[in-house]
Amino acid sequence: MKRLAVVDVNLCVGCQGCLFACARRFGDAGLSRSAIHVKSAGGIERGFIVTVCRACLDPPCAKVCPTDALKPRPGGGVILNPQKCIGCGNCKEACTINAVFWDEDTNKPAICTHCGYCVDFCPYGVLKLEEREGGISV
Amino acid sequence: MISEDPLRTVLYIDLSKRSFWTEDRRDLFEQYIGGTGVAINLLQKECRQNANPLGPDNPIIFAVGPLTGVFPLASKTVALFKSPLTGNLGESHAGGRSATAIRMAGYGAIVIKGASETPVYLVIDSDKVHFKDASALWGLKSSFTVGRIIREQEDGAGLRTIMRIGGAGEKMVSYACVITETYRHFGRLGLGAVFGSKKLKAISVSGRRRIKVENPKTYRELYKEVFNRTVKSPAMKKYHDLGTAVNISPLNELKALPTENLKQNSFDQAGGISGESIAEKYLGRRVACSHCPVSCIHLATYREPYASEPYFYKTTMVGYDYELIYSFGTMLKISSPEGLLKILDEVEKYGLDVMSTGVALAWATEAQERNLIPSEGDVNGAKLRLQWGDYDTYIKAIEYLTDQPNDFYKALARGVSYASSKYGGSEFALSFGGNEMPGYHTGPAAHIGHLIGSRHSHLDGAGYSIDQQNLKEPGKSTPENIAKALIDEEKWRQILSSLTICFFARGIYDIDTVLKTLSVLGYKLTKDDLTRIGSEILREKYQFKIREGFNPRNITIPKRILETPSPHGVISEDTIRKGVESATDLLEKL
Ligand code: SF4
Ligand code: SF4
Ligand code: SF4
Repeated sequence: MKRLAVVDVNLCVGCQGCLFACARRFGDAGLSRSAIHVKSAGGIERGFIVTVCRACLDPPCAKVCPTDALKPRPGGGVILNPQKCIGCGNCKEACTINAVFWDEDTNKPAICTHCGYCVDFCPYGVLKLEEREGGISV
Repeated sequence: MISEDPLRTVLYIDLSKRSFWTEDRRDLFEQYIGGTGVAINLLQKECRQNANPLGPDNPIIFAVGPLTGVFPLASKTVALFKSPLTGNLGESHAGGRSATAIRMAGYGAIVIKGASETPVYLVIDSDKVHFKDASALWGLKSSFTVGRIIREQEDGAGLRTIMRIGGAGEKMVSYACVITETYRHFGRLGLGAVFGSKKLKAISVSGRRRIKVENPKTYRELYKEVFNRTVKSPAMKKYHDLGTAVNISPLNELKALPTENLKQNSFDQAGGISGESIAEKYLGRRVACSHCPVSCIHLATYREPYASEPYFYKTTMVGYDYELIYSFGTMLKISSPEGLLKILDEVEKYGLDVMSTGVALAWATEAQERNLIPSEGDVNGAKLRLQWGDYDTYIKAIEYLTDQPNDFYKALARGVSYASSKYGGSEFALSFGGNEMPGYHTGPAAHIGHLIGSRHSHLDGAGYSIDQQNLKEPGKSTPENIAKALIDEEKWRQILSSLTICFFARGIYDIDTVLKTLSVLGYKLTKDDLTRIGSEILREKYQFKIREGFNPRNITIPKRILETPSPHGVISEDTIRKGVESATDLLEKL
């Protein structure tokens, strides 16, 4: 299974192309469903922090889901079943790296599926889809 | 447009009453697209005739367009207001995250009316507007510090824009700017002073809206096509690699680079401050506006030693661009790149428009040379003798422009047109319709454009580019042809700025691309519609200018531009007058 990874955050220019790309997976423009985030490291002169789901093998977000709407995904990370999700926001709180985002329109989490759609819209090679080696999250 | 598109929502904020409300203006966005088109209509309505630009009757209008947050490079916010510098139309565009933030917060435009009695900053977080006490921020001269404090206080990191003013805006310097994301600006025509007059220190906006499109599949494909064209385009590569600073060397060679208050047309020491040279030695980082793959923003690393302690340095990132190098480097003959970066950092700190400030100081230097300002330039008894290239003294002068400790700096803070009306020296005051000159002495088209353009800047009709084309075919350089080319370009630019597309991307967004991208959002427009709408918007802008006192038939030509030769030779007054005349005829027929 593949997962999304940040190759070199220092290459990031903060263009947010990846954020908009992620939302476009569903055919929408805008950002509500985006599952990736970029912010400055305290002022853009210091560069950026790119937050993507790490594809945990033992995902804390899934453990706190009261309805089993989040299921561990083979190869790491989670899969969301929106029908089961009640919008409690536990997963958002549980993710250690704040990689669960919130879709205000549906009142459900926006979760990275490690599809790699964003990779093609990062002009600077910050992101890549990599084959996960071994069983340990690095 | 698609019926649920939040673009149609206009947010009104009244600072006097501390209230806000929204209005559905789908009609406006359908008729005038967005950006400039919508904003000029709102300004006509909200700004009372003869309103004091620094009074509560002068509204601030921000507008974005349908493509913002939907396609790349629709990354600008248009701000319209009545300019304290020219007394008529104030129009300024800025990128950063401002445009996507406004669109993602769910608005097509924001209208700020009235004035606050006490310092305030606004936080616009989707459908909520918070009026926050800014007493603790008022008096902070450094725009950097304001940004830092609000970043710590408010949510929305990564998605928000923080528009703010420094000391110059508070003190209502007529060409104070508004800074957004530290390195982008509503630079020209004094929006910062309008903020200051309303006691408005900053505005933070953020949101994460969804925008529906007509056909997701077509949308995704078209996006990919526009994106791929952008990243492969050699034109965009130029902006990415060296940025606009790449133009220093060619314009210098062409002898079109205003130097020493345009006593000269080239700078023999430009080598050290060229785009290539600064990039090689100082470029530290490149950043992008939100939703723009190009990343043309170039930040230089400037290291300044502390005098008090050895091996102790302050390291700052300083944004630079062609216009900045022109207005401080060549106009003031600062050939030391470090001196240049140091002074640019100061200008950024106080929040002044770099172009106007550089031109104002260039005029002041020459006026002092000619003894037009006997002792008035001195502050508290101390002599402040401005000298070409002496950046430490210029840094002091920038502080004085902000603080205005005497009559001379008070006058200079109102622009060169005003200062020269008081002290003389209007022959070498490089003011065009009240706005200070941008960095192009390329020939008659540039100057005709600055004189009649709706913003009196190089951004109106791109006269500099017409001049350069005409060098190849000198026969074309007649006043009538120039006027027509300028007005045609201005008309098309109204469409681009109504879509809030960055002008650097004008090669990507040709008319067919514009129509295709708009159709994704449910706009059913034709080429003819765009041509008509472009003319209408331009007409509305001139109506506003004329209503507020602008008279294209009575313009002042700075003599200096007729003395120093351009690549087209010495420009004759007759050519300029005829060009302005025919442009005015065309404008009246719009
Ligand atoms: S969302 Fe966070 S917790 Fe869940 S799998 Fe991804 S990184 Fe781990
Ligand atoms: S891999 Fe797919 S789901 Fe994850 S951030 Fe990129 S586009 Fe979004
Ligand atoms: S697309 Fe790439 S460069 Fe742009 S913000 Fe995302 S990671 Fe950074």
